[in-house]
Amino acid sequence: MNASELQSSYELVVVGGGPAGLAAATLAAKAGVQTVLFDENPGVGGQIYRGITNTPVADRAILGEDYWAGAVLASEAEASGATIVNGATVWSLDPNRLVGVSIAGQARMVKTQRVIVATGSMERPFPIPGWTLPGVMTAGAAQTVLKAQGLVPTGRTIMAGCGPLLWLLAAQLLRAGAKIEAILDTAPRINWLKAAMHLPGFLLSPYWSKGLALLREVKAKAPVIAAHRVEAHGKDKLSEVVFATGAGERRMKADLLLLHHGVVPNVNLAMAAGVAHRWNSRQLCFEPVVDADFATSLRGIAVAGDGAGIAGGTAAAERGRIAAIAAVQALRPAASVMDVQTVRQSLAREEMGRAFLDALYQPAPSFRRPTGDTIACRCEEVTARQVRDTADLGCEGPNQMKAFLRCGMGPCQGRLCGLTVTELIAEQRRSTPDEVGYYRLRPPVKPITLAELASLPKTEAERKAVER
Amino acid sequence: MFKRLSKPRGETGEAVSLKVDGKPIRARAGDTVAGAMLAAGVDRFRTTPVTESPRAPYCLMGVCFDCLVTIDGVGSRQACLVPVREGMAVETQIGKREAGR
Amino acid sequence: MTRTADVVVIGGGIHGCSTALHLALRGLKTVVIEKDYAGRHASGVNAGGVRQLARDHAEIPLSVSSMAIWERIEDLVGDDCGFESHGTVLVAESEEELAGFRARVDDLRLKGFTHEELIDQAELRRLVPAVSEHCPGGVVSRRDGAADPFRTTQAFRRRAIERGAEVIEGVKVTGLSRVGDVWRVETSDGPIEAPKVVNAAGAWADRIALMLGEPVPLTVIAPMLMVTSRLPSFIQPVVILRGRKLSFKQLGNGTVVIGGGHLATPHRDRNETVLDWEKLAISAATVWELFPVMRQATIVRAWAGIEASMADGIPVVGPSATSEGVFHQFGFSAHGFQLGPGTGAVMAELVATGKTNVPIADLAITRFLPARKRGEVPL
Repeated sequence: MNASELQSSYELVVVGGGPAGLAAATLAAKAGVQTVLFDENPGVGGQIYRGITNTPVADRAILGEDYWAGAVLASEAEASGATIVNGATVWSLDPNRLVGVSIAGQARMVKTQRVIVATGSMERPFPIPGWTLPGVMTAGAAQTVLKAQGLVPTGRTIMAGCGPLLWLLAAQLLRAGAKIEAILDTAPRINWLKAAMHLPGFLLSPYWSKGLALLREVKAKAPVIAAHRVEAHGKDKLSEVVFATGAGERRMKADLLLLHHGVVPNVNLAMAAGVAHRWNSRQLCFEPVVDADFATSLRGIAVAGDGAGIAGGTAAAERGRIAAIAAVQALRPAASVMDVQTVRQSLAREEMGRAFLDALYQPAPSFRRPTGDTIACRCEEVTARQVRDTADLGCEGPNQMKAFLRCGMGPCQGRLCGLTVTELIAEQRRSTPDEVGYYRLRPPVKPITLAELASLPKTEAERKAVER
Repeated sequence: MFKRLSKPRGETGEAVSLKVDGKPIRARAGDTVAGAMLAAGVDRFRTTPVTESPRAPYCLMGVCFDCLVTIDGVGSRQACLVPVREGMAVETQIGKREAGR
Repeated sequence: MTRTADVVVIGGGIHGCSTALHLALRGLKTVVIEKDYAGRHASGVNAGGVRQLARDHAEIPLSVSSMAIWERIEDLVGDDCGFESHGTVLVAESEEELAGFRARVDDLRLKGFTHEELIDQAELRRLVPAVSEHCPGGVVSRRDGAADPFRTTQAFRRRAIERGAEVIEGVKVTGLSRVGDVWRVETSDGPIEAPKVVNAAGAWADRIALMLGEPVPLTVIAPMLMVTSRLPSFIQPVVILRGRKLSFKQLGNGTVVIGGGHLATPHRDRNETVLDWEKLAISAATVWELFPVMRQATIVRAWAGIEASMADGIPVVGPSATSEGVFHQFGFSAHGFQLGPGTGAVMAELVATGKTNVPIADLAITRFLPARKRGEVPL
């Protein structure tokens, strides 16, 4: 579909084609709500089910059954009657629910009565020395090219970090035939003690047995080394990983370093729209303030899925359904939809083990709050020292920091430095991330070209003004 | 850094030809530009506009903007989000993108 | 015990901070009350143009005196504020428009102002090689330039504090009353008493004026700006248009700031603005026509700063008409940044001595009073 085929308004716009977006669009469209789903990737599935409709990975065992569950969501959405547009980048959303979207270089504004933001999560910034070198990637990046394109790392591969996804990816890569030189486990040992109080809930959750099986699978095929410092070295690309263990410093030659220490909500679109957010001290990230239906502080705008706080893919789909039920009830009070209580119960089951995982895999402060010349803002190449020094000079918040150092002002618009800068300021000023706050985000949340913007249709009066 | 599990042809996708900095590479229909470049062994996608240091994809999901390349004359495109097309001309990007090319 | 000062300045924008610095330099105990933080709104997020070009006659004296300060800004505030002087060029898009510009430049010469200079197509293309070929000439003000607005506001704030001023941020003024021969300024952090008060509250200045029983027709506006990612250097001067709304400049870091006065919807009680993308698209289309090299540049951010605009497009600078000891300095109508340094100096002189030699009579608040109150209509 191209931009000129879009209607000027829809009853419901869903942003993001991961589990939350697919489930929401399916439910709403089936209930008769005129629904469009915009997804910026070439195919639906989001990150968790990336490439679900066209992956070249034929051996189903490699990605595992949890991945293939996404195929049901995708095919249901396809059949639901929702208009699904891939390659569609939503770059603006405002409190009046005007949605700016670009498809193949053409921009349009679409009006809607309801929005479900399902922009999911992204990997937490992992600012270690050398993390900008070619050859250093997120673990999720390697997973993405495995799922979508059937690419497997070659050469000497090292993984570092913590969190359930790190182990899942390690298992998938190993099954696909990759060799992993080492997995550097950065989860602080003390986390076990902090997590223990949440253990009962976790034992009842589906993660428990799956997680253990994964750990066993990975540890049988790759050495796992506890590390409390990790650095990437190399001139124009990665050549060596240096890390500190209880037994001293070690160095390993490497071609690829895959980093991962958890995921955080991808907040840019909702925040730029003006949705109220707050700091989640358990997950160490900002998340939108939502009610039980995932409605935000802005009327008609909901945030579902991991974008509303991390709970995983299955929970994301349930959250999408709950948000969609609320939308249907507002738009089509007479339509019959599934009982929301049933969905809430499934969601509660899915969310049960979360507290344990959050505590167990909370990344150590040293991996979140870098020092010295380590780059905090990749786009503008601003170092941790610059941020800390500027905070010491009296800079109280990320927005002033932006003005002083340009951190957060490059094309990624703070996605890869926002949490780091907030935490660094909080540490230097002996404050809290909640008090320090986050960057004030501005649209377009994804860069658009001048030509694209100029292509927006204008009203008659405005066209005349241009022509003078 | 990466190899393909299977050759870019057969049941999952037809082969597509594109050029990266003038050199022809083969990709699988359905690949993103970034995926195709990684599979072809490209390990530098751009240099930064600030210090001209080399960069390659970091996130491959559209959030880090380190895979920016020039595609068919349009600069600063996210290679990880753009699907390959037959005959596409991709250029790695050096520093500040030249305006108006 | 109630805090006291010689002067309370309400508003920590470029104007409030500049006035505070100049008051402090005169040895007056000055307190700035800012409801957010210095430079939070228009002062920190404007386009940064330092322009004498194309100004209303009434504000040219303030603009010219400001320019003298801008050229030595580092001597005053200890920071160069990112000020660079490559001129401002007003581009004519037609012969007809150029003829109009010629008449204005001639008129200014007769009045003794020589900063505006008419240029032909050859000189236009020498100054702005990337400009579209349909433009026949323009006007240049060669000493004009641009600076970093937030950095500038912060530099004034910092230097004011160094010279003894107090800047209280995150505190709101809630009331103003006369107590004996001083003003009692009620704030969310307790009262302050001072014989003199400066109202530099920007988009909120009408509320301060209302506390004095001096209603003033102020419109809250939010001019939109957008910025590109870094591009190779291709333009030095700031470029503005008259017929269509455009201001255009490339910063030292390569980013290009596009503005010109298309407006967002401001919500001043929530410190928020809602952008109007259809209007930004008009800006984009204008740039698309005027600078073909920019067509594939990427826009990374758009925003709008909240500020005050007066119906006649010129600010209110001078004493209150109702309240002895209160002075107004607001309503700069989207072109107050350049005026900040000089207006602060003039205001400090006015507050400290009761008079100034810089002609500001045309900027008095009395122009908004009903005619008979001004005493201009014979009874």
